[in-house]
Order: sequence, then C-alpha cells, then structure tokens
Amino acid sequence: MIRNITIGQYYPAKSYIHELDPRVKIIGTFVYIISLFLVSNFIGYGVVLLFLWVLIHQSKVPFSFIVRGLKSIIVILLFTVGLNVFLTPGEHVIYEWSFIHITGEGLYTALFMGTRLILLIMGSSLLTLTTSPIQLTDGIENLLNPFKKIGLPAHEIAMMMTIALRFIPILLEETDKIMKAQIARGADFESGGFIKRAKSLIPILIPLFISAFRRADDLALAMEARCYRGGDNRTKLKQLTIEKQDYVAIGVMILFILALMFLRVI
Amino acid sequence: MSTETKAIELKEVYHLYSSGTPFEKEALKNVNISVSKGEFIGIIGHTGSGKSTLIQHFNGLLKPTSGTVLVNGQDIHSEKANKRSIRQKVGLVFQYPEHQLFEMTIFKDVAFGPKNMGLSEEEVKKRVEESLRIVGIGPDMYEKSPFELSGGQKRRVAIAGVLAMQPEVLILDEPTAGLDPRGRDEILAEIQNLHQTLGITIILVSHSMEDIARFVHRLIVMHRGTVAFDDVPKEVFLHVEELESMGLAVPQITYVMHQLKARGFDVPLDVLTLDEAVKVIRSQLGMQK
Repeated sequence: MIRNITIGQYYPAKSYIHELDPRVKIIGTFVYIISLFLVSNFIGYGVVLLFLWVLIHQSKVPFSFIVRGLKSIIVILLFTVGLNVFLTPGEHVIYEWSFIHITGEGLYTALFMGTRLILLIMGSSLLTLTTSPIQLTDGIENLLNPFKKIGLPAHEIAMMMTIALRFIPILLEETDKIMKAQIARGADFESGGFIKRAKSLIPILIPLFISAFRRADDLALAMEARCYRGGDNRTKLKQLTIEKQDYVAIGVMILFILALMFLRVI
Repeated sequence: MSTETKAIELKEVYHLYSSGTPFEKEALKNVNISVSKGEFIGIIGHTGSGKSTLIQHFNGLLKPTSGTVLVNGQDIHSEKANKRSIRQKVGLVFQYPEHQLFEMTIFKDVAFGPKNMGLSEEEVKKRVEESLRIVGIGPDMYEKSPFELSGGQKRRVAIAGVLAMQPEVLILDEPTAGLDPRGRDEILAEIQNLHQTLGITIILVSHSMEDIARFVHRLIVMHRGTVAFDDVPKEVFLHVEELESMGLAVPQITYVMHQLKARGFDVPLDVLTLDEAVKVIRSQLGMQK
C-alpha cells in the first residue's frame, strides 16, 4: 500500500558509485547542488545532465527508480512552474487576458526553475539510493567532527539521524499493518469529505503513536542494557578510508567544475 | 464438482511482492485451497512461508497477482463485489490485535466495526455486549480505557472488535503469541466455543503444534509459498521428517510415540494428544502384564 515511497530509500547493488566513500559522495552532492544554483543558462544544464546521466549509468540504479523519487515533489514542481509562468513580468507578452499575462521571460524562467528542481531531486536521490543509511550517517558524523570544537554534538546528531532513518521503514510497515487491521474492521479511508477523511485517520494515528512510543522505550532500554554511551573514545566497526577510487571520483568532480567554468556558464 | 458453495475458495493464486524491484519476492505460488462452511482449519508454516500473505487474500486485503479468490462463490475482485461486506463476512484478527486499539473506552472500540457497517445504535449495542460477553469481558469494564487492561484482556477486546461484525468465517493469526499459558488456554477455549456453539468457520494460524493438534480438524502446511500438506492432522503429522526439513516439528507426544515404536512397542503413530497417549500406553502395559 504505502511501500512505494522512494525518497531516502537505498537501492542495493554492486557498483563503482556504491563503493565510494560516503564522505566523497556527500561533498560531491553538495558541489553538484551548488553548481546547479550557479549555472546561468541551458548549456550549463546540458553539461550537468550529461554528468548526472553518466553517474546514474555507473550506479546501476534503474532510471525508473530515480524518476519515482520525482513523484513526491510533483506538487512543488507544478507550483513553482505555475508561479513563474504567471507572475514573471516581461516585455514579450505572449498571452494576455484580464489579470493574466504570460510573457516569454516567464516561460523561460519557469522552464529554467523546473529543470533546476528536477536535476536537484534526481542528483540528491542518487546519493541516498547508492549509500546505505548507516554509511550516510557515518559520513555525516565524520564530516561534522571538526565542528565538535565549537560544541556541536556530532556523534549525537549522527546517532539521532541513524535511529530516525532506521525507524522509517518500521513505522511504514506498522502503519500498513494498522491500516489493514482497521480496514478489516470496515474502516474507510477513501470516501467522504475532507473532515470525514481526517477523522478516519484517528484509528490509524493513535495506535501508531502508541507503538512508536513503545518502540522508542524498548530501544532506549536495549541501548542502556548494552552500556551505550556516545561521544568520546567510541570506536567504529568500519573505519572510513579514502581509497584509490575516491581520488578518481574527486578528480572527476574537479573536472566537472572546470568544464562548467571553461564553458563560462557559471 | 460439489454443488455446495464453499465459504472460501482460492484458485491458482500467485502473489508477487514489490514486482519489478530488486526486492521482488514470490510469496505465493499456485495455491489452491477450498474452505467449507463450518470447518476448523489450522495453518502452519515457518516464518516467511507465506501464511500471513495467504490469510490476507481470504478477505481481499491483498489482491493476487494472478488467480481468483471466491467468497461464498463470488469473485471478490470482480467489479460488482462489495469489499466491505466481504470483510464483514470474513473477519480477520491480526497478530497482536491489541496494537489496533484506539478508542477512549472498551465499548467504543468494539463498536468501531459494527458502526462502520452502518447498523442502528441499538443493534450496535446488542452486538458489542454479545461479543464482549463471548470473550469474557463484563459490563463493569465497558467504560474503562482499553489501555488500562492486561495483555490478555486487551487481546480479547480486540478479538471482540472483530466478532462484533458477526463474521461467517473467522481468521486468527497467532492469537496466542506472547500470552502466558493461562491466557493462551482461555483464548483457545473461547475460539473452540465459537466454533461449536455459533458454528463459525475458523481458520487458525499458529506455530504451536500442540494447539493445532488439539483443536483443528484439518491442517494446511505452507512451505515457501506453496501448500505442502492439506489433510487431517493425524495424516500430516505422520510425515515427521518432511515437516522437520521445513523447519517445523510435530507435537511432542508424537515424538514419544515414534520412540516407543522404535523400541519395539506396538503403538499407533498417529497419536496427537496427551489423553490419547495415556490410553494407548495404558492398554500396552495392560497387555504386557
């Protein structure tokens, strides 16, 4: 029923991209996102698209999986495009009717913004699709380490993220189960007006909250029983190391930026 | 072909989870089961054998990837089928049903099902009282919060919530999981009572061979998404080695009988309960005296 959510989902496969150090992938994604915002014309996006296509091809993640991630932002996407089409002032008026003006500039900005959003989501979902949640939080913890000096609890933040990510599938499964149990008792989530539908969620939300609290309690107790204390002197099962392939990836990243600069599209 | 309409019929049912992704899994393969009215059936199988997937097909919560499911002779996934009335006829009690409780009072929670059926206030009241009486929850408890109850009591309230819809077929997924021996015996006795006095068709999913052996009249063994055995328990439990290779066991008393036979006693191997075993062993000893 609700198993079809792909944002933040890991796609297990053996590929060059999957095996990269998570820190390299996180920084790479940041560079990619920043470049998206600096690119000023469609030639730039062409370069970005080419780069992204190579990455997706290398990652062995089916293209349909990446496109599925776009479904969740379709509303935001349409909203952004719509606003830009109707509200951008400009000189080349294409269509005018009472308060509605559609200008050439508007269409151009709308297309530009839409492309930017799509590339943004596709690129960043590639990060979560090729990096397991554990690797991802390990990477983030490691990258945040320098900020410990100014009092940032890097380990705790990473631990909270790990737990939150770990709980997403559990809670989804739980919701699925509770929904089915209530449907078996004749509950109806699909018909009726807005208020009726909102009310029909109560039989799902209450059991879900109760179970979330129960699980949180159990987990806290289990961690306590294993003498968990985060922070200093805690060792890792898997140490992150930068390997040959990571240097190659960094090199490719630099090339990508240089290419954008060379084409004077930044 | 029999002319009698079956309560539930599955014909060549296949079910695939997450098809088209690397998580794809064939949960059911060519399953053919027919359940007659008034039967008491047990379903066993190792974790991941497809039991849970199977029972969710019985009331249309899951749709088979291919194949048909008939309830009272009607295809439940056809255009004109009313899913809600099917779910009322085939009551499904999930594992740990107490996790679905949500109302402020026990009475209201049990009333959730019948209310969804659009019954009159009086009829709802009658049904709630009736089903709470069956599971042994007295009128003094009606206004209590379901969250104040003990584990066993919560479960009984949850079962009453399904009973209040007055299903013709009742499916229970591991109704005794996580209960103490006393709670377990009480629940099982109530289920047997439902079958005997109200004539409800019961399908019981369980891990416990002892429970199964004691109550059910027919046993379906699921293994890797297929029906491995479908017969009376006595016949099924003769296949000790095959069952063990599926990660299942037979009732402990059956093992005793096999041991006795191996040591030269002339005992039947299809003994399933302690009482039967006592009788058989007594008569053996009597003969040897």
